[in-house]
Amino acid sequence: MSLITPDIGLVFWMVVIFGVVFFILAKFGFPIITRSVEKRSNHIRESLAQAEKARLSVEEAALQRQQMLDETRTEQGRILQEASRERDAIIADGQRKAREEAAEILRSARAEIASEKEDAERDLRARVSALSLAVAEKVMRKDLESDKEQISLLERFADEASQAQMN
Amino acid sequence: MLLPWGFSAAAQEESDINMEEYLFGHISDAYEWHIATWKGEEILIPLPCIVFSDGVKVFSSSKLEHGATYEGLRIAPRGEAHEGKIVRVSDGSRPFDISITKNVLGLIFDSILLIVLILLCSRWYRRHDVLKEAPGGIAGLLEPVIVMIEQDVIKDAVGPEYRKYSPYLLTAFFFILINNLMGIFPFFPGGANITGNIAVTLVLALFTFFMVNLFGNKHYWKDILWPDVPLFLKAIPIMPVIEIIGMFTKPFSLMIRLFANMLAGHIMLLSTIAVIFLTAKMGPVLNGSLSFVSVLFGIFLDCLELLVAFIQAYVFTMLSSVFIGLAHQHSEKETN
Repeated sequence: MSLITPDIGLVFWMVVIFGVVFFILAKFGFPIITRSVEKRSNHIRESLAQAEKARLSVEEAALQRQQMLDETRTEQGRILQEASRERDAIIADGQRKAREEAAEILRSARAEIASEKEDAERDLRARVSALSLAVAEKVMRKDLESDKEQISLLERFADEASQAQMN
Repeated sequence: MLLPWGFSAAAQEESDINMEEYLFGHISDAYEWHIATWKGEEILIPLPCIVFSDGVKVFSSSKLEHGATYEGLRIAPRGEAHEGKIVRVSDGSRPFDISITKNVLGLIFDSILLIVLILLCSRWYRRHDVLKEAPGGIAGLLEPVIVMIEQDVIKDAVGPEYRKYSPYLLTAFFFILINNLMGIFPFFPGGANITGNIAVTLVLALFTFFMVNLFGNKHYWKDILWPDVPLFLKAIPIMPVIEIIGMFTKPFSLMIRLFANMLAGHIMLLSTIAVIFLTAKMGPVLNGSLSFVSVLFGIFLDCLELLVAFIQAYVFTMLSSVFIGLAHQHSEKETN
């Protein structure tokens, strides 16, 4: 049967044709394709690994940021607290100083008033004594004519003066 | 398949078509490419014959049509030894004959098609940066197939040294696939029964045989000639003989498997279509209904053949990979 006996001519051509096809495809065809595909699959694998790494580092960064934020918040709270404490202290200090100053001013005003008053009293006293001396002079000059009355008046004067000195 | 070879004879002689002639006309190799018979006129492409008989003779196959004799050569008629082949008229012996037959022309055409497809695909990779672009067009079509064969079949079966063999195995896969597919395609230049021809599968099997045995490692040869079996099985060389026979049966099974599957597919399809012509004389009702059935069944068989075309290419590649892989195993002592 011709079906199962290989024909030499066809075998010959088949060897030639398949050989040529094999040579061409093995040299210019498949290696380029398979190399490129492999390159790409390696690239994809590496990219995936890198993406995973990047994801982890982003997560870590987010965690760090959160931590920093928390720290900042507590710091902020602390600073604010300190500031308000300082403010209170400054205000209290100011008030205290103002009070002291006011007291000082008051005291010196009082002292001044007292000295002014003393001066005024002294002045007044001097004037009154001068006036009274003048009055006395005039009275004495006029009333020394009656003796009795003069003597009693003088005694009264002397009593009054001594009484005033005792006070 | 093509329109039946014997249809004109049936019309002229009002007899049944000759099934044997019809089937063999389609599945065997021929010196000319018969396309159709139209109103008793045969439409065919004559092909060059190259015969070594008293020197090289190159002539058109049309010189030998219908039993004609040319320079002491003729095509042996049916019933003789070497039927359908060019023989010497004098003693009926066969000269060395490397004519460009139907199958050779089909092979050349399919190979050019395959080379163009694969080179277009590889050109895409040469011109584009694979890391930045996704392949489209032919590269996009072929890449998944190439990757599937290389990664799932070749890499798994051959083992770590698969890179060296993958060009051959991929070539074999696509070569068989395109010839199988073109064999189903019913019009010129398809329809030649190429992978259903034993000469073609013989050469493919021989390539695998050499791929396995030329590059087999030390352990492979030791396993064949001095395997790890009790001494008496080696002293009288039973095991080596079995192993050496095994060396040849493996590619032999590859050859027969591909040949028989593709041939059977063609015969089934042809037979189904022949039903239309065989029932032509049985009246319009029977002929019409059976034609309908045979067309439906033919469509089913065509779809099946598409599947078989792929499966056979896949199986050939897979088994070749396995045989190559077996020739590259390391002994258990080495691996442990």
